[in-house]
Amino acid sequence: MAEQHILMDSREIAGALKRMAREIRERNGDCTDLVLMGVQRAGVTLARRLARLLEKELGRPVPVGTLDVAMHRDDLDQRLAPHVHPTHIPGDITGKVVVLVDDVLFSGRTTRAALDALNDFGRARRVQLAVLVDRGHRELPIRADFVGKNVPTAPADHIEMRLDEEGGEDAVYLMRP
Amino acid sequence: MTWTRKHLLDIESLSAEEIQHILATARAFKAVGERAIKKVPALRGKTVVNLFVEPSTRTRTSFELSAIRLSADVINFTAEASSLKKGETLKDTARNLEALNTDIIIIRHSAAGAPHFLARVLDASVVNAGDGAHEHPTQALLDAFTMLEKKGRIAGLKVTILGDILYSRVARSNIWLLTKLGAEVTLCGPSTLVPRQFERMGCRVTYHLEEAIRDADVLNLLRIQHERQRKTMFPGTGEYAALFGLNSARLKLTKPDALIMHPGPINRGVEIESWIADSDRSVILDQVNNGLAVRMAVLYLINGGQGPQELGGSN
Repeated sequence: MAEQHILMDSREIAGALKRMAREIRERNGDCTDLVLMGVQRAGVTLARRLARLLEKELGRPVPVGTLDVAMHRDDLDQRLAPHVHPTHIPGDITGKVVVLVDDVLFSGRTTRAALDALNDFGRARRVQLAVLVDRGHRELPIRADFVGKNVPTAPADHIEMRLDEEGGEDAVYLMRP
Repeated sequence: MTWTRKHLLDIESLSAEEIQHILATARAFKAVGERAIKKVPALRGKTVVNLFVEPSTRTRTSFELSAIRLSADVINFTAEASSLKKGETLKDTARNLEALNTDIIIIRHSAAGAPHFLARVLDASVVNAGDGAHEHPTQALLDAFTMLEKKGRIAGLKVTILGDILYSRVARSNIWLLTKLGAEVTLCGPSTLVPRQFERMGCRVTYHLEEAIRDADVLNLLRIQHERQRKTMFPGTGEYAALFGLNSARLKLTKPDALIMHPGPINRGVEIESWIADSDRSVILDQVNNGLAVRMAVLYLINGGQGPQELGGSN
């Protein structure tokens, strides 16, 4: 029977995203060239939430895109065929500052795949990485620029993200086998 | 759902859910084809063999380009230029290809069941690109994808398949697929080419052309396959055009938004008048374009559908 520990409740998630939005703004000045790209699927929800927070601060819309990395993963033949979700790029990203947004940073392989996928759409001036949870165990030299929460985990643990946009539960759980 | 199949051999054995999954995956691959960079690395390092024992240009080219867009290495192998001409068996040919570390074999063969046979004797994944008069699964999938794209649904659509049903693998795969997804399928053509026993597959058979086309949301015209016909099936192409060809007068009887489809190659002036094939009502070139997306999706899915289980913690 797996143990389940709550890592973040809705209040903590909201607080972490608010802080991350502030850090993104501090790092990128007036954010004129900023594009948020959510990594399918939970990253998309988080990117939209971050965009809403930034829009409130900046008083103007912040473009949000969605990026599917399934076709760029390096472990395709070790998995059952993963689902492919739509990629949507809001305009030309060449010369823009792209903030990749994902839910969990673990081995770093999804981020590597996301960087490859992003390259197909143009040459961003700078790419930054925002994640809600950094759980460690990196297999590649990748680190996040904006982190909601650092969580020490065992490799076999699983982080479960419940992000409900329709009033359901909004929480992050650590599942320990 | 999670895709677990290693091969794509037919539509008959697929569930409605599996068909929907391929179509949903194809939608994402269609978007890849519209980008400036049309390649993704999903099959990098994999070898795909196009084993076309029966001649074909468009299907082979479509599979070839699909595999290339997935970054696979592709070998084209045609019967004319192979040891099959020298008497080698299909099994031996395929085993030789597999000894070259082939990952996916796409086979077209004049014998029904040839892909199923290969799937039993080889470790590689097998895709059926047409086996005799049996099935042509990717054609049915690209037809359905086109209908879905243009009409927004399959369930409840009235689809008329017109022409040579008896000899058509395209018709068989289409009937399986469309009835599984809830479309109403009507078959029409010369009675020698549309036997009543097709009604057992869950579709309607009629020999009244006007009735068959009047309510249809989709008209799928099949090619008259001269190469498979026996002389007794119908008197000649002129008579076929006069009795069953889609011409201006008959077009007026159809719904103004009915789609006109054809798997190609078209016999202009036989199944369809030339100007209709080139008109706005025709989605024939959309079918060709969608074939790439569907075949990319199929190759992608069967390549991944071999692992022991889905890994958790994908980050």
